[in-house]
Amino acid sequence: MSTGHPQKAEKFASDTKRMKWHDRALWFVREKRDIQAHSLDEWEELRVKADEIKAHTLSKLDFYLQEFEKNAKANGIEVHWAKDANEHNKIVLDILEKRGAKKLVKSKSMLTEECHLNPFLEKNGIEVVDTDLGERIVQLRKEPPSHIVLPAIHLKKEDVGVTFEEFLHTQKGNSDPTYLTHAAREHLREKFLASDASLTGVNFAISETGGVVVCTNEGNADLGASLPKLHIACMGIEKIIPRLEDLAIFTRLLARSATGQPITTYTSHYHAPQRNGETHIVIVDNGRSEILANEKYIKSLQCIRCGACINTCPIYRRSGGYSYGYIIPGPIGSTLGASHDIKKNYTLPFACSLCASCTNICPVKVDLHEQLYLHRQDVVSAGLLDKTKYRALKIATFVMRYPFLMDLSGKIARKIVPLMPRWVIYSKFNVWGKNRELPKFPKNSFKELYKARKK
Amino acid sequence: MKSKKIILENIKKANVSSVPLPSLEIKHTSYEDKNLKFKDMLQSVGGVANWLEKSNSLEDFINEKYDNLGVIATNIDISLKHTKTNDIDDPHSLQDVDLAIIKGEFAVAENGAVWLKEDDNLNRAVYFIARKLLIIVPKDNIVNSMHEAYKKIDFSKGGFGTFISGPSKTADIEQALVIGAHGAMECRVLFADLI
Repeated sequence: MSTGHPQKAEKFASDTKRMKWHDRALWFVREKRDIQAHSLDEWEELRVKADEIKAHTLSKLDFYLQEFEKNAKANGIEVHWAKDANEHNKIVLDILEKRGAKKLVKSKSMLTEECHLNPFLEKNGIEVVDTDLGERIVQLRKEPPSHIVLPAIHLKKEDVGVTFEEFLHTQKGNSDPTYLTHAAREHLREKFLASDASLTGVNFAISETGGVVVCTNEGNADLGASLPKLHIACMGIEKIIPRLEDLAIFTRLLARSATGQPITTYTSHYHAPQRNGETHIVIVDNGRSEILANEKYIKSLQCIRCGACINTCPIYRRSGGYSYGYIIPGPIGSTLGASHDIKKNYTLPFACSLCASCTNICPVKVDLHEQLYLHRQDVVSAGLLDKTKYRALKIATFVMRYPFLMDLSGKIARKIVPLMPRWVIYSKFNVWGKNRELPKFPKNSFKELYKARKK
Repeated sequence: MKSKKIILENIKKANVSSVPLPSLEIKHTSYEDKNLKFKDMLQSVGGVANWLEKSNSLEDFINEKYDNLGVIATNIDISLKHTKTNDIDDPHSLQDVDLAIIKGEFAVAENGAVWLKEDDNLNRAVYFIARKLLIIVPKDNIVNSMHEAYKKIDFSKGGFGTFISGPSKTADIEQALVIGAHGAMECRVLFADLI
C-alpha cells in the first residue's frame, strides 16, 4: 500500500528544482501545441469529426477488424490475433524463430510495453534494440519510458551524456544534444544494418485499404521496416479507422497535439511487404474488449496516444511519469490503468485535480476527468480507498446530511480551532494540512452573516 | 483462429449502440499563395524548397547546390554519375548513399510534407537511409491541406507510400531539437517539370 502515486509523487517533488524543471519542460510542449491548434480555424471541428469517427468505429469494431484482415491479406500481409499479452508475445517469438531471426530492431510501441515483450524475447535469446532515441536511452539505463511520446523527458542532458559515455563511449563530460544524438545515430545505424527483423507499433490501421500507418520524426520505424526482410507491426484492436480519407483528420490532429508540429516528419503507409519481404500484423485485445463493454470508460479506447493530456496535466508535470507505476502515465494512463487492474492502480484516479484540462485538450474528446471521477467511485465501492480518507469522508457525509449538525460543528470549529496550538492542528492525523495552511477562521459563518444582513 | 473468434465474440457481446459515420466534408484553411506557405512550412521543419528555373537543368541545379557529393542514387535519368536505385538488389548496399533523388507526387502547403508513392521504386529504404534527400515535385502540384491530399491518394493496388516533411529529427534529449536522427540529415524539395 506504500507504493501508490502519492508516495512516489512525494519523492519526485522533494527535489523542488528538478520538479520545476520537469514542469516547465512539459509546459513548453503544451504551448507549442497551442500555437499549432490556434493556427487552424477548423481545429474544434476536426476534434468533433475525430470523436465521431472513433465512436462510430468502436460501435462496429468487429466488422471493421474483419474487413481490415480481409483487405490486408489481399495486400499480401499476414494477420494474427492475440487475445492477451501472453499470446501476443508468443506469436511474435514464433514469427521470429520460424525465420531464424535473432536480432530485432524496434520502434516505439506502447502496446509491446504493455505486453512486456522485450524481456520475454530477451529471455528467449532475441537481441532487442529500441531505436527511438528516447527509448534507446531508457533501454540502456534499464528504465521504462516515463512518457509515451517523450520517453526520456525525466532525464537531463547530463544524465544522457553519462549513459552514452558508458555504452557508446562518447567523450567524457560532453552532453551536447546534437553530439549525443549523432553518436546514437551512428550506433543505431549499425544495429539497423545488422538486424534480421523489425517491429513497429501502429498509429492507424485502415479497414478499407488493409494497411497500417506509422508516424515518426526520427525515421526509425521506416528504416527498420525497409532494411530487414521481415516486418512485424503490433496493434490494439482500437487502432482501426474505417476509411483512408479519415487520415486527413487524424494526421492533422496527431502531431499538432503531441509535440506542436504541423505533421510528423514521416507518415508511412504500409500496404504491402517490401520486395521479397514479409509483413505481419498482430491484432491484440488484452482487456480492450472489456473496456468496450463498459460505457463509462469506452471513450478511453478512442485515444490516439498523442500525449497532450499528459503534457497539460498539472499532476503529471509535478510528479513525473514513474510516480504512476503504470505503463502509460498521466490522465489517459490513470483511466486505462484503473480499467486494467483497479486493485493495483487504485491510487491513479486520485492523481487528478479534476481541472479538466486533459478533456479540453484531447484531440479525440476522451472524457478523461469524468472517467477518473467515475473510477474513484469504483475504488470506494471495491473497498480500496485508504482507511483515513474513507473515515474522513464518511464523517463529512454524515455531518453534511444534517444542516443542524453542520452549523453546530462549524460553530464549534470557529471557537476551538483558533485556540488550539499549531502542533495539535497540524498533527499527523491532518493529512490535508501536510502542505497546506488553514485559512483564518472568521467569527461568523456565511449563513449567519447572510441572516443578519437580511434583517 | 481460436483467439480471433474469442475477440470478435467479446466485441459483439459488448453490444455498443450504433453511432453514425460522419461525412468528411469540412471547411478547411486554404492559402492565397500555396507555394509561399509550403516554402515557409518546410523551412520551419528544417527543410528547403526551391523552384527550378526554365533555363536551368537538373544537373546544373545539383552542381550549384551540392559540394563534394558522394554516391548519388536515383531512378531518374540524369547525366551525373549515379547508381540506379532499382539496380540494387539488397537495400543494405544503399548505406553509403549521400544523395537520393526521388520523385514526389505532390506537396502539402499546410505542413511542408511531400507525398511519395513510387510504385516503380524497388527499394523503399532509399527514402530513409540516404544522408540527403532531393525530392522532385511537378511544378504547381501543391494542395492546401491533408483533406485535399487524401483525395489524391490511392491504395486500391496496395503498395507503400509516405509523407515526408523535412529532414529526420528528434528532441528526445532535453527537448532540444536536433536535425538528423535516423533518416535524412538534409531535405530539399525541388519543384520542376522533368520530361
